[in-house]
Amino acid sequence: MIKRIAAAIVGIGVAGGVGFLAYAWYPAIAPVAPPPPSSFSAAQVERGRVLAAGGYCAECHTRTDGKRGVELAGDYKMDTPFGAIFSSNITPDPETGIGHWSEAAFKRAMRKGISRDGTQLFPAFPFDHFTHMTDQDIDDVYAFLMTREPVHSVKRDNTVGFPFNIRLEQAGWKLLFLHEGPLKNDPAQDAEWNRGAYLAEGLSHCSACHTPRNLMGAEKASAPYDGAPVDNWIAPPLNEHNPTPVVWTEDEYFKYLRFGSAPLHGSAAGPMSPVVHGGLSEMPESDVHAIAHYLAQIDHSATRVSQDPKAIAWAMQASMKDLVGPQVNPNAKLYAGACAACHANAGPQPVEGRPDLALNNALWLDEPTNLFQVILRGIGTTEGISTVSMPSFYHSFSDADLARLAAYLRATRTTLPPWTDLEKKAGEVRKTLPVPPVASSH
Amino acid sequence: MTTFRLNGREVTVDVPGDTPLLWVIRDEVGLTGTKFGCGIGMCGACTIHIGGRATRSCVTPVSAAEGADITTIEGIDPEGNHPVQQAWREIQVPQCGYCQSGQIMQAVSLLKDYPSPTDEEIDAVMAGSLCRCMTYVRIREAIKKAAATARGDASNG
Repeated sequence: MIKRIAAAIVGIGVAGGVGFLAYAWYPAIAPVAPPPPSSFSAAQVERGRVLAAGGYCAECHTRTDGKRGVELAGDYKMDTPFGAIFSSNITPDPETGIGHWSEAAFKRAMRKGISRDGTQLFPAFPFDHFTHMTDQDIDDVYAFLMTREPVHSVKRDNTVGFPFNIRLEQAGWKLLFLHEGPLKNDPAQDAEWNRGAYLAEGLSHCSACHTPRNLMGAEKASAPYDGAPVDNWIAPPLNEHNPTPVVWTEDEYFKYLRFGSAPLHGSAAGPMSPVVHGGLSEMPESDVHAIAHYLAQIDHSATRVSQDPKAIAWAMQASMKDLVGPQVNPNAKLYAGACAACHANAGPQPVEGRPDLALNNALWLDEPTNLFQVILRGIGTTEGISTVSMPSFYHSFSDADLARLAAYLRATRTTLPPWTDLEKKAGEVRKTLPVPPVASSH
Repeated sequence: MTTFRLNGREVTVDVPGDTPLLWVIRDEVGLTGTKFGCGIGMCGACTIHIGGRATRSCVTPVSAAEGADITTIEGIDPEGNHPVQQAWREIQVPQCGYCQSGQIMQAVSLLKDYPSPTDEEIDAVMAGSLCRCMTYVRIREAIKKAAATARGDASNG
C-alpha cells in the first residue's frame, strides 16, 4: 500500500515535472540576418525613439559604473537581493547584441521574458510591464533598436548565486507573477486615464521602482505603489501613503514628470532624474498629462486637496523658523548658514526655484535616505530643474553634522516622529558615493 | 568637456567633471571677482548665479553646471551700476571688501524673490553670507536702498 502511494506520489511528481518542463520550455527562434535600417520607415523609427525614451531602455542598458558605456550596449549593473545582474547589449550587434533577433523574438522577450535562444530572462528586465504593450508599440521599439549603430560589447557575468541562478525557475516565477497580455480598458474611466494606465503600468513601468518587492523579487500585489528602496534612494509611495503635506495633484505630477520639479514637492533627483530628463521629456505632452492624470487618481489627491492651503500656510511659517534674530541653537545656525540662503521662504507661497523644505518629499519620508543623498551629492543641471543646481555638501558636513541637520529639519519642518540612527544612516549613504575633490585654497 | 554660458558668453572647458566651478571661473576663464572663502559652501564669498539663482561655486562641481546660464559679479551690469552695486558704493558698505562680491550676488538674487524685503527676509536669505568686518548693518541698509531704487521710489524707501 505504502509502496503504491509512494509510486503514485512519484508518478504525480514526474508528471508535474514533465508538465512544468513543457510549460517552461521555449524553443530558440531562428536567428535572422540583421534587418537593414532601410527596412524601417523613418516615421516608425521616430515613434520607436520616443517609446524607447518613455520606457527608459537606455537607463538600464547602458553601463554607468566605472567608464560609462555606449548607450544601449548593456552591462548596467543592477544590485538585487539575489546578486548583481548585468543588463544585455540591445544594440543590433549580431554577435553580442540583438542583431540576429527577429521581430517575433523581440516580441516574445518583451511579452514573456524569453530570450531568442529560448532561455528564461530574469525579471530585472520588466517584461511583466512590457507585456501590456501593443504590437505596434513593440514593433516600433524594435525598429528603433535595430537602426542603432551596432556595438560589440560583452557584458560581465551575473553574480546571482545558487539556487536563484537556475534560469528554469523563472518559469515558475512567471506562473505566479506574470499577467501576460494587454491591460483591460476600464470603461468606467475616461480615455486619458486609460492612456495613463497603459503608459504607467506598461511602457513606463512606474511600479517597478515604486512598489515594494516580495522575497521572490516580484512586486507585492498587496501593496501597489507603496514605495520601495532603489539604488540607495527611496522611491516614495505614490498611493495614499505618500506622506507629503500637500497632495500630488495632476498639475504637480505633470510639472514634476515633464520638467523635473514640482513647486510644492521638490525635484526629480537620483534615479528619478533620467526618468524625467532622458525619458518622459521626450514623450508627447499629452502622454505625460495622461500619466499625471492616472497617478493623481491612485493617491486620491482630489479628496484631500482642500487641505492644501492650510498645509502651505503652515509650511511657510515653519520655513522662517529660527532664521530671525540671534540664534543659540547650533543646529539652527547650521541650517541658517548652509541652507537658508536658497531654501527660506517668507510666503505666502514658496518662491519658484526656492524649494521649500517643509513641503519637500525628502523630509517627510520614513527614512532620511533621499535627504542625505541630495545634501551629499547636490543636484546638477542635468537633474531636477534643468537651469539651476544645488551644490554638494559632501565635504562641508561630517556624518554627525548631517545627523544634526536632518534631526533639526525633521523636528522643525515636519509634524512627523523623529528619524533614528541618523549618523549611521548618513555614513551608509556617503559610502555609496564617489568622493569629490576638496576645494581648498591654492 | 563642459559647456555653459558665462556672463552671456559660451564657454567650454576641458577639466575633470568634479572640478569646483569656482576654480574654473577663476583659473580657466580668468574672472577673479568671485572669491574663495571657506571652500565648503558655508561663507558665501564664492556666490555666483546659476540660472539666476545664488549658488556657492566652491562646492558646485563644474559638471553640475552643464548647459547652465552663469552670471558672476563681472556680469550683473556692464558698467558695474546694478542698483545693488550703486547702493553698495553710496553707503560705503565694504570695509576690507573680500566678501562683497558674494554679498552682492546673494543680494541681487534676494531682491528678485523679495523686491521689498523685510529685515526678516534679509536675515533669512543673507545669513549664509559672512562678513568678518561685521558690516551687516550697512549691508541691510544697502539692500533696502537698492530695492527702493529698483522700485523707482524717490524717497529711497
